[in-house]
Amino acid sequence: MYWLRRAWAELSNEVLVLPSRILVLAWVLTLLVLPHVYGDPYVLRIVTLTCIYAIFAASWDLLAGYTGQVNFGHALFFGAGAYASALISLKFGISPWITVWIGATVATAFGAVVGFLCLRLRGSYLSLATLAFPLIALGLLFAFPDFSGGELGVSGLKRLAASVPANYYIAVFSMLAAVFGLWLVADSKFGLVLHAIRDDEVAARASGINTPRYKLLVFAISAFAAGLAGALLAHYIRVAGPSTLETAISFQVVIWGIFGGVATIYGPVAAVFILYPLTEWLGSFKAFGELRLLIFAVIVLLVLLFMPRGLAPWARDRIETPCPRCKQRNRAWRSACRLCGAPLKGILAAKPS
Amino acid sequence: MFQDILVTGLVNGGVYALLAVGFSLIFGVARIVNIAHTAFYMLAAYCFYMLLVKADLGFAVSGILSVAGVTLLSVICYRLVIEPVREHEAAVLIATIALALIFQEVMLFSFGGHYLGIPSTLSGVVSVAGVTIPYQRLLILAVAAAMLGVTWTLLYRTRLGLAIRATANDLEVANLMGMNVNRVAMATVAISVALAAIAGVVVAPVYVVDPFMWLSPLVTMLAIVVLGGLGSLKGSVIGALIIGYVESITVFALPAGAFLKGAVALSIMVLVLLLRPEGLYGVAFEEER
Repeated sequence: MYWLRRAWAELSNEVLVLPSRILVLAWVLTLLVLPHVYGDPYVLRIVTLTCIYAIFAASWDLLAGYTGQVNFGHALFFGAGAYASALISLKFGISPWITVWIGATVATAFGAVVGFLCLRLRGSYLSLATLAFPLIALGLLFAFPDFSGGELGVSGLKRLAASVPANYYIAVFSMLAAVFGLWLVADSKFGLVLHAIRDDEVAARASGINTPRYKLLVFAISAFAAGLAGALLAHYIRVAGPSTLETAISFQVVIWGIFGGVATIYGPVAAVFILYPLTEWLGSFKAFGELRLLIFAVIVLLVLLFMPRGLAPWARDRIETPCPRCKQRNRAWRSACRLCGAPLKGILAAKPS
Repeated sequence: MFQDILVTGLVNGGVYALLAVGFSLIFGVARIVNIAHTAFYMLAAYCFYMLLVKADLGFAVSGILSVAGVTLLSVICYRLVIEPVREHEAAVLIATIALALIFQEVMLFSFGGHYLGIPSTLSGVVSVAGVTIPYQRLLILAVAAAMLGVTWTLLYRTRLGLAIRATANDLEVANLMGMNVNRVAMATVAISVALAAIAGVVVAPVYVVDPFMWLSPLVTMLAIVVLGGLGSLKGSVIGALIIGYVESITVFALPAGAFLKGAVALSIMVLVLLLRPEGLYGVAFEEER
């Protein structure tokens, strides 16, 4: 009984006070109960894929948003995870439950190598150089079709679970674990160091931070999550094909990240949950089927013109304001800060930027 | 085979140089990483196809019209889409990606995804030292060389060129010296896209025209620009020749080379970056703040 009361107190004092936290709670609950309320296999399939891509987008954000290593070749980690898991489970007959982790580990190794190669690059050089890596991998895959399956990829994989809802729950729980894990990493002291590296690497180094080590670590963590997403995708759609390494995937994740708002983790995830089902839904109309990428690009362009910092920070500024005195966030319609009682409206109150 | 490598490398290098110089210019002046650069090249090829094959306007007229039209379109896009988000570097990037996707989809929708063939501007071949070169490829080479010359003259012999170089050197000081930085940036966009459009028009008869033709030169072009040093024109030209030759050597000399040509070119870029992070001719500038 005590724990129940305690949980309720936590809930009402920490979660229900902020609209953004209520939204996150509602989103998690919706994901958890969806198969029981609306078990349409098509919808579940879309949400499963959305969850997998959300892991991918969040992993990009840790690397690009927090650390400023704007990676244009994130598909490399995705593809590495997918191919490694697929090949190992197929050639050695190991259960996908194990190979998914092996795939993520292989992707981590790729991440460390790419991170090592890119240590000396910064800014646009880094972006453009990283763009090359998945294409090198793609060229190698096509050059050795016996090993990789060439254009067709590796097919005939086993799924993680047999039924539709089971696969759905696997994707949802991995997504929640990965996203909250990444968010914890980004919100910790470690994340603070990453902010410092992005804002001014020289200053961070002058403050005694071993920036190469941090950059390598972030590359590895981000690649691990991306590889996990790739492996999950490969076992869900049961094919690991060259499309996982294409430039389009790398660009897609950049679009999700910037559209949602970088350096937030929740932004890219929100972007995936908005944009991916939207494109699928548009694709289901005959008239829009061919135009869906066009509509997608136009929407992205329009959103950027009006909210260049991304969707999630923009929306958050609309519903919440920071207290001018203690910097805690409050509902936008409160007149006094919920923690320190300072007036939120008036001359002192900071305008949402 | 040796002569084949020599000629193919030179021709491809010329085309790449046209693309890379424009990209480099726009990055140097406006700090815009223009992913849509090769999409404009694709648009020019389509425009050329439409004017030449559908409207039957003749080579010279349709070539000039398509270059002019695409350049105009690029300036409009710059004013409407890029300029409002100039301060947000990430937003510029994604805006250019979105633009490229829009162009690709519009072309896919209006022309379909199949390959379009364009008749050669000049037919016939010439035989030099035992290797036959179609006149069309010589034309590409001549146009590329001429355009690089024109660009060089424009940049180093005119007032506009001086303004462009000054802005590339230091945007704020150029602004303080009374240059209209925004107009300089716009002129640079126009010049750079015009170069891409010219490349698109001259290669259209040799390569196939399809809505996805912008992707593979985009990657090669980025590799060249990074290899030569971002913002350096000399570096872009030399990088283009290097990558052009590396690609043709891979294609002619290695088994399964056609698949590996991109991989080898990109590996060379990565290697150079490891040894010289600022590229061959890039300036090792201190971190910009």
